[in-house]
Amino acid sequence: MSALTALARLRAVREGRAQPAATVRHCHIAEAPMVFIPLRMAGEAAAPLAAMIGTDPGSPRLLVVPQPRDRDLRFAFAAELAEVLLPYVEGFAKETETATRRGAEPYERCLSAPQVLVPNGQAAAFTGLLGRSTRFRRAEGPYPVHPSVPVLGRWLTFFAERAAYPGSSLLVSATDALALHWTSGQSGLEDANLAALLGWIDPPPGLTGLRAAQEAEDPLLWPPAGPATDPGFDNEVLAPAIEGYTRAPTARAVERVREAVRTQLEPTWRLVWRAAELLRGLPAGASVTRRWEYDRGAFTEFLGRVAEGGPPQARRDGAVAAASRLARMERARVSFDVQRAYDDPLIMAEYRLTGEAFAGEVIAADPEHTEGEGRSRKLRPLVTIRTVDPVRLAAGTAVGTPDRRGQEAELVATDGGEITLKITKGMGRGKTPSPGAVPAVGERVCYTSLTDDFQASASLPDPDLTPWTHGGPPEEWVPDDADAAEHWE
Amino acid sequence: MTSRTSLAGTPQAEAGAVVAAVLADLPGHRGVVVDSPPGAGKSTLVVRAAGHIAETGDPLMIVAQTNEQVDDLIDRLAAEHPGLPIGRLSASAYRAPARLLAHGNVRVAAKVPDLGDPAVVVATADKWAWIGERTWPWAIVDEAYQMRSDKLLRIARNFERALFVGDPGQLDPFSVVDGDRWAGLSWDPVQSAVSVLLRHNPDLPVHRLPVSWRLPASAAPVVSEAFYPFTGFRAGTGPDDRSLRFTADGMRTSFDRALEEAAATGWALYELPERHTVRTDAEAVRAVALLATRLVQRAPVAVSERGEHPVGPDRIAVGAAHRDQVAAIRAAGVPPEITVDTANRLQGREYDVTIVLHPLSGRRDATAFHLESGRLCVLTSRHRHACVVVARAGIPELLDAHPSAEPVQLGVPVKFPDGWEANQSVLTHLAAHRVTP
Repeated sequence: MSALTALARLRAVREGRAQPAATVRHCHIAEAPMVFIPLRMAGEAAAPLAAMIGTDPGSPRLLVVPQPRDRDLRFAFAAELAEVLLPYVEGFAKETETATRRGAEPYERCLSAPQVLVPNGQAAAFTGLLGRSTRFRRAEGPYPVHPSVPVLGRWLTFFAERAAYPGSSLLVSATDALALHWTSGQSGLEDANLAALLGWIDPPPGLTGLRAAQEAEDPLLWPPAGPATDPGFDNEVLAPAIEGYTRAPTARAVERVREAVRTQLEPTWRLVWRAAELLRGLPAGASVTRRWEYDRGAFTEFLGRVAEGGPPQARRDGAVAAASRLARMERARVSFDVQRAYDDPLIMAEYRLTGEAFAGEVIAADPEHTEGEGRSRKLRPLVTIRTVDPVRLAAGTAVGTPDRRGQEAELVATDGGEITLKITKGMGRGKTPSPGAVPAVGERVCYTSLTDDFQASASLPDPDLTPWTHGGPPEEWVPDDADAAEHWE
Repeated sequence: MTSRTSLAGTPQAEAGAVVAAVLADLPGHRGVVVDSPPGAGKSTLVVRAAGHIAETGDPLMIVAQTNEQVDDLIDRLAAEHPGLPIGRLSASAYRAPARLLAHGNVRVAAKVPDLGDPAVVVATADKWAWIGERTWPWAIVDEAYQMRSDKLLRIARNFERALFVGDPGQLDPFSVVDGDRWAGLSWDPVQSAVSVLLRHNPDLPVHRLPVSWRLPASAAPVVSEAFYPFTGFRAGTGPDDRSLRFTADGMRTSFDRALEEAAATGWALYELPERHTVRTDAEAVRAVALLATRLVQRAPVAVSERGEHPVGPDRIAVGAAHRDQVAAIRAAGVPPEITVDTANRLQGREYDVTIVLHPLSGRRDATAFHLESGRLCVLTSRHRHACVVVARAGIPELLDAHPSAEPVQLGVPVKFPDGWEANQSVLTHLAAHRVTP
C-alpha cells in the first residue's frame, strides 16, 4: 500500500466516508451496459444456479437452473443466457467506422461495443468458467446442445479474457472499478464485498461508512453478491426448494426456486446499477476514449472471428500464444498506469511522492534557446522549475508532462529544489516557439519520467515453428466427440 | 582417517574437473546447463567455452541480459582472446564504453552484416530477438536463470546448440502482470529460460560449479546452506586466506563496533530497536548511510589470495530491496563512489564489503516479494570480505507470524529453497554477530 493510499484509508475512517482515489473516471461506462449477476451452486466450480441479467435497471431477466446438478438443465440455462446476451452483443455489429492506423490497411471498427458489468472479480472469473464449459460443446454428436451455446461460450470467454488486460472496459467488475476511484476505510479484501464498499462510498443518510459496511456483512440484509451464495440461505431455503423440484419437477416447483434466488439477486442488482451511476458521475479521463477504442477494435476483430465460424479459444495458451498474450498484457499494464497518471493529478501525486514526478512553478525560461549550427540549428527551450517535491531523477532523464502531451523534455540539472529542463521534442520547425508552447514564468507545471513510449516487442516464431526449447510445435486441435464428454465440473 | 575434502582434491582441481566435463558434454547435446553459485567463475567458464568453440571454427552467438553484462563479457573475452574477432550488436542509441573500443578485435554495430563476419557475436537477449532468420551453430546464454522463457522463445530459432549458464539462487524473472493463467504450463512465459528448457528436455546434462571464489570462508557455508540447500558449494579460499583491517582508529561508536565485528568475522548485524516503519525507514536509512561513510573513513585494507589492497569506496556497495530505499540512502549522504542499488541491479556484481538494508526490516507483513529467497541471496553474496546487515529487531517473529501462504498451483514444480526457511537460516547465523546502537 502506498503512503497516499494509507493516508486516504485513515482519512476515510476518520470521516466515516470513502475518500476519492481519483479525480476523473478511468474506465468507460456504457450508456446501457449489460449487468450480469451470476450465482453458482455451492461446492461446484462452474455449475450455474441462476443469473440476473439485463440492460434496463427496471426490468431484469431472471434465469434459473432448478436442479443445478442436472447437466441438461445447465445447458438449457446457457441457451437462455445466449438468448439475452447474443442479440445484445450482435447489435453492435451494425454501425461501423473506417479506422486507420500507421503502416497498415484501414479497417472497419464498430462504433460502439458491448459492456458487461458484473458485481465483483469472482463473477468475472465465473464468467470465464462458464465460457470454458460451453465453448467446446456442439449442436450435434453426443450430448448435443442448442447451437447458440458454443457461440455464447466463445463470447463469455472473450469477455473474461479481455478483463485480464488492464484498462479494458468490455467486462467491468463493479468492486474493482469502484476501488480504483475511491479508497474506503477497510482492507482491500473487504473491498471485494460490493455492499460494504458501496456502504463506505455512498452511505445511507444517517449512517457512517463503517456502520453501513458492518450492516452489509449481514447476509439477511445484504445477500452476498455472488457467485457464491450464503450458506444459511443454501441450507434453509435453497436446498428444500431444489429438493422439491427433484421430487416433482412442476412449474410450481420451478417458481419456488426462482423466488428463492430472486431474494438473493435483487439487492445486488440494485447495487451494481448504483455503482454504475456513481462511476458515471465522475468526468471521464482524457485517455478513456482511446482505451475504449482498443476495446472496440478487439470486439470488432472477435466479432469477425465468430462470424466466420472460427474455432473456440484454445483450452490453454500454446507457448507462442502465451508469450504473445503476456507481451500484450504487459503493454496494457504500462499504458494504463502511465495514462492514468497523465489524466489525473491525484494519481500523479503517487509518483511525485516516489520521486518519479515533480510539480512546481516556472521561475525562469529561455524559450528561444537553440542548439546546433546552420541547418541543424534546433529550438531547444530551457525551463527552470522550483519544486518542493522529493525529486529522484538523474540528469539526462527523459521526461514528459500532462500539460503539453506532444512534448518531450530532458532533465539538464537539478540544484536542490530547482530543476532545469530542456524541451527536446514537439517544438516544431520554427525559429521561435509558437505562443504557449513553452511554459511561462509563474506557470505551474508537472513533469514525470513516466512515458507511454511504445517499444514494440520483437516478433515471435510461428506456432508451427515452436523451437525445441519450448516443446516443439503444438498438436493441432481437432474437434471430436470426446469434447462433449469431458469433465468440466 | 582421510577427510572428505582431501579426497575431493583442491578447490582448483574440483572446479577444473567440472569445467572439463562441461566442455566435453558440449558436442554431444543440444543443450548443456551449468548452475553457478555466486562468484563460482561463471564468466571465466563463459570465456573459456567461447574460446573452446571458436577454436573449432564454428561461429558463436552469446546472449546476455543487460548491456552492462554484454560489455563486461566482451571486455573479458577480448582481453583473454586478443586474436578473436568479436562483434557487439547494439541498439542504435547505444554508446560503446571506451574500454570496449580499446580492444582492437571488437566491432560495434546495430546490424549483423555491419559487423563483418566475426567468430563471436555478443548482444542482449532483447537485441537478439530482432535478428531474424540467421542461425548460428552455437550459442552461449549467460545469466539464463534471470532470462524469462518468452525471451528464449524469441531467439531459440537462431541457434542449433546452446550452453546455458546462470545462478539458480538469484532473483527469478518477473512480470508486471498476473501470470497465474499460465501457472503449471511447461512453457509458462514468466518462468526462467532454464526451467522451461529443462521441463521440455529433461535429459539435458546439468553441471554445477562447486567452488565460490568470491565468497570468503566465513560466508560460503552460510549462503550455501540457506540458498543452495541441496547442491551446496564451498569457498575456494580458507579462513586464513582473507582478512580485513582498518588503518584508521575508530571511536567506539556502535557503527565502529559493527564494522569491527564484520572485519573480524565476515558478518555483522546492526540491529535497530523493533518498530513498524514506512519503507524508507529514516532511522535505518541513516544507519546505512553512516555505516558506509564510517567504513570509508576507517580506511580498510583487504588481504586476500590476490595480495593486499586498500578498500576504496568503489569496492563498497550498499544494497536494498526497493528503489525508493536506494534513493533515500543516496539522499542521506553516502560517498558518491560507493555503489548504492537494488538487489535486482546488484546481480552478478562483486565488491569487497557490502552494507545491506534487510528487505524485511520494519515491515508489518512478509509478502512474497520480500520473502523471495533470491533477493536476500543477491544481497548477502556480493562480498569478498565482509557484509553488514542493517535491520530492525523482530524479523524472526515477523516470519513466524507470516508463514508462506501462497496458493499451490497444479503442475508447478516445488521451488527450493523456500524463502521463509532461507530467511530464518540467515538470521540465525547473523544473530551471533549482533551489534546494537
